[in-house]
Amino acid sequence: MIKELTCINCPMGCQLTVVDKNDDGNYEVTGNTCKRGPKYAINELTNPTRVIPTTVVVRNAMLPRLPVKTAEPIPKGKIFDAMKVINQVVVDAPIKSGDIIIENLLGLGINVVSTKTMAKC
Amino acid sequence: MIYDVVILGGGPAGLSAAVEAKKDGAENVLILERDRELGGILNQCIHNGFGLHTFNEELTGPEYAERYIHQVTDLGIPYLLNTMVLDLTDNGDLKTIHVINEEDGYTVIQSKAVILTMGCRERTSGAIGIPGYRPSGVFTAGTVQRYINMEGYMPGKEVVILGSGDIGLIMARRMTLEGAHVNAVCELMPYSNGLVRNIVQCLDDYDIPLKLSHTITFIHGKDRIEGVSVSQVDEKMKVIPGTEEYIPCDTLLLSVGLIPENEITRTAGVEMDDRTNGSVVGELRQTSIPGIFACGNVVHVHDLVDFVSEEAVLAGKGAAKYVKGTLDTNVTFTTVNGNGISYVVPQQVAMKNVEENVTFYMRVRQVFKDRVVNAYIGDQLVATKKEKKLLPAEMVNFKIAKDVLAQYPAGEIRFVVEEAKK
Ligand SMILES: Cc1cc2nc3c(=O)[nH]c(=O)nc-3n(C[C@H](O)[C@H](O)[C@H](O)COP(=O)(O)OP(=O)(O)OC[C@H]3O[C@@H](n4cnc5c(N)ncnc54)[C@H](O)[C@@H]3O)c2cc1C
Ligand code: SF4
Repeated sequence: MIKELTCINCPMGCQLTVVDKNDDGNYEVTGNTCKRGPKYAINELTNPTRVIPTTVVVRNAMLPRLPVKTAEPIPKGKIFDAMKVINQVVVDAPIKSGDIIIENLLGLGINVVSTKTMAKC
Repeated sequence: MIYDVVILGGGPAGLSAAVEAKKDGAENVLILERDRELGGILNQCIHNGFGLHTFNEELTGPEYAERYIHQVTDLGIPYLLNTMVLDLTDNGDLKTIHVINEEDGYTVIQSKAVILTMGCRERTSGAIGIPGYRPSGVFTAGTVQRYINMEGYMPGKEVVILGSGDIGLIMARRMTLEGAHVNAVCELMPYSNGLVRNIVQCLDDYDIPLKLSHTITFIHGKDRIEGVSVSQVDEKMKVIPGTEEYIPCDTLLLSVGLIPENEITRTAGVEMDDRTNGSVVGELRQTSIPGIFACGNVVHVHDLVDFVSEEAVLAGKGAAKYVKGTLDTNVTFTTVNGNGISYVVPQQVAMKNVEENVTFYMRVRQVFKDRVVNAYIGDQLVATKKEKKLLPAEMVNFKIAKDVLAQYPAGEIRFVVEEAKK
């Protein structure tokens, strides 16, 4: 098996080639500039994951939305389920960047954290 | 009070320039920001992918901004929010900045040096030529980014995006996540204007079609947009008859590019460059008016905020040197964009101000594969950079060591795209 991928870990966007000579899961990755590339490629073929940046409703802050993200990438297939859960959350200011907004999202062992500090007003 | 350095704009460029100017010995530094918070456009860019170069960590826009805001507050650099700069005038050793602010009304601030960091705004010209009525439901991608991410307001459910700039791609994903259906992203050029990583993670991940060499030929609907007619174009960008397709939608986003915000710069009399729509700058981002510096998107549109911060450090250094009277004004080199290159920044280099190297930022005119970018002084090849892939959407940064440049007394540095020698 040979597969071409674009590494999305950073804006360099390296063109990666993954070769699995005997189709036994022994992947050989070329085209990467740094060591994140091979890790990404193998993940992408076995269990593709993404960080989800989105927002939740916040009360008593300067703005009605607080930006949040999943602290770790979650499986691609869970993205819309995750959005359903995240969209039900309402928090109150003050909030600090890094505060946990949802613990153990969908039982994945991954938290949703705030990405902005918002004072109460 | 007379300030040493006043910074016009509190986005990433302004924050980083302020920090550097202060660290380099400028005492009274002040940041002026028209918005209600610091951070600039990063506040609405809630997606991740910032800062990999600077912090070796993948941050969202607000997180990246907060890192710099902390540095500003830690150094005790004052800033004024809700303060709009109206005008800048040069009176030789002092610059006068005219501002308007909710509390104090109209005031005048004086400073020895000024750094322009007003950023850029979105082009809207993409829509002007399209036939049809001007219904509601047509927005720039950045406006919708602000609506959704900061105000929590979804402008529509059935979306078409014109232009494949990064903001459009990011918004295609964002609107999909929030339950909208993005029908297509139409790009006039045969290649995307966004980063490849954004095509992969924003379009491919959600099966959103990218229609290259396509444009919108009609906007349907009178009060609210009802749909668009999309047609294919040939290599001369002429519509190919018979390729028209109707796509229903209630929202059209325009992501057709950014232009530096330079009204203040122009009225101040700073020399401009038609290629970048920004000012002509030197290695420390000095403009044609002594004591006025510029960096970030106001100079040229950057695709990565990391490079904005990097450039802003130069401007901060420059302004501090100017205030201390140690900035050299003798231009050694000018830069020229040769074959395949559309612009080069900086446009001038004063070698006495250079520490270890000079980074030249440039963009290519078209897509190239397996080429080199060469730098020539006269007919001497001074430096070369191999590139597997060159895209107009991805800025090239080309570092040349001081020692290399110092071998030449003066002249033009010309950058060209060439075939790699075997
Ligand atoms: C809508 C949009 C989305 C973007 N998304 C990304 C992205 O996802 N990733 C990325 O790397 N880059 C993105 N960019 C590019 C981004 O602009 C740069 O990476 C970076 O934010 C530029 O920094 P800056 O400080 O030069 O400009 P800005 O962040 O635009 O900051 C300029 C600041 O100056 C202030 N200002 C302007 N005029 C005045 C005035 N007259 N008086 C007072 N204050 C003033 C503005 O309010 C603003 O805060 C985006 C740009 C736009 C327009
Ligand atoms: S391989 Fe490394 S350098 Fe290349 S895109 Fe991936 S993270 Fe970036």
